[in-house]
Amino acid sequence: MTVETLLQNLPWKAVSVTDPGREITGGYAGDLLSWVMGRAESGDCWLTIMSNINVVAVAQLTDVACVVFTEGVMPDESVIAAAKQHDINLIACDEPTFAAGSKVAELLR
Amino acid sequence: MTAFAYDLHVHSCLSPCGDDDMTPCNIAGMAHLNGLEIVALTDHNASRNCPAFFRACETYGIVPVAGMELTTAEDIHLVCLFETLEQALAFEEALQPMRMQIKNRKGIYGEQRILNENDVCIGEEPFFLPAATMLDLETAAKRVAQYGGVCYPAHIDREANGLLAILGAFPPEPVFLCAELREAEHRELAEGRKILVCSDAHRLWELKEEGEPIELDAPKDDPAAVRKALIDALKRGRL
Repeated sequence: MTVETLLQNLPWKAVSVTDPGREITGGYAGDLLSWVMGRAESGDCWLTIMSNINVVAVAQLTDVACVVFTEGVMPDESVIAAAKQHDINLIACDEPTFAAGSKVAELLR
Repeated sequence: MTAFAYDLHVHSCLSPCGDDDMTPCNIAGMAHLNGLEIVALTDHNASRNCPAFFRACETYGIVPVAGMELTTAEDIHLVCLFETLEQALAFEEALQPMRMQIKNRKGIYGEQRILNENDVCIGEEPFFLPAATMLDLETAAKRVAQYGGVCYPAHIDREANGLLAILGAFPPEPVFLCAELREAEHRELAEGRKILVCSDAHRLWELKEEGEPIELDAPKDDPAAVRKALIDALKRGRL
């Protein structure tokens, strides 16, 4: 499934999607960036409520396919600008992380 | 320059996790026994035991500093210190609407007691103090500066509520010139920032006993001048 397909299937907001064809191969949920750094895998759809700019750096480092901000969290302009610059896909939704993750998992089946 | 033995991160019985014995008078007395010369009282998101602490420190000739350990929206702990008691109390008041209104369950978390200079309980904080506030890291740093204070990340060598555990690395903004460590040997984590090694004491016996002093351009017998020199040095990252 690509990031574009994910967005076609779920009413989530494409905050900054510069690489819609990126393939999603798995998922990861977590907010402690020091943990995410060592655990999220390349191709993951990463769900988090953390919106600090370091999220972009961690997304780059782990090579996740996209970042989904859950629970209505919306990153600020500086985060969006950094994501565009580094080609990191950012998505936002209002759902709690568990519910959002379940939907991604369902689509990945 | 004058050398001062310091501990800039201490909790009183206003913090639910702080021991009941952490009264302003007991902290000042223990700090005196430990040879400390500058001590900051930094309860979770609160400064209301600082007035009593200032009085208690007078007795022992310790320079008191008013502050708090602020929990940001990201759950990062920041040590916030102010030059005057009034600044700290004004900052705390402004923080009130930014706090979560979760009732403190004494049986689980512990009491949150406000004491006077005789260690007599004059009030209790009803809402759980350590919970995350609505201030994100950048806004928090700006707000503290607006109130004349300085802040820096607490215990960056700790997993729980340490900036590095939560953000993985120092973010580009806000710029922190100082950082606090529990253990001096973790110095490399600060990446060249000025280091403050403090106890984060929640019990009397945890107060700092030894360690490198801090050098300030102020006479020992003038608490206001020492505080001014300290806050100024922390703001400039010149320690």
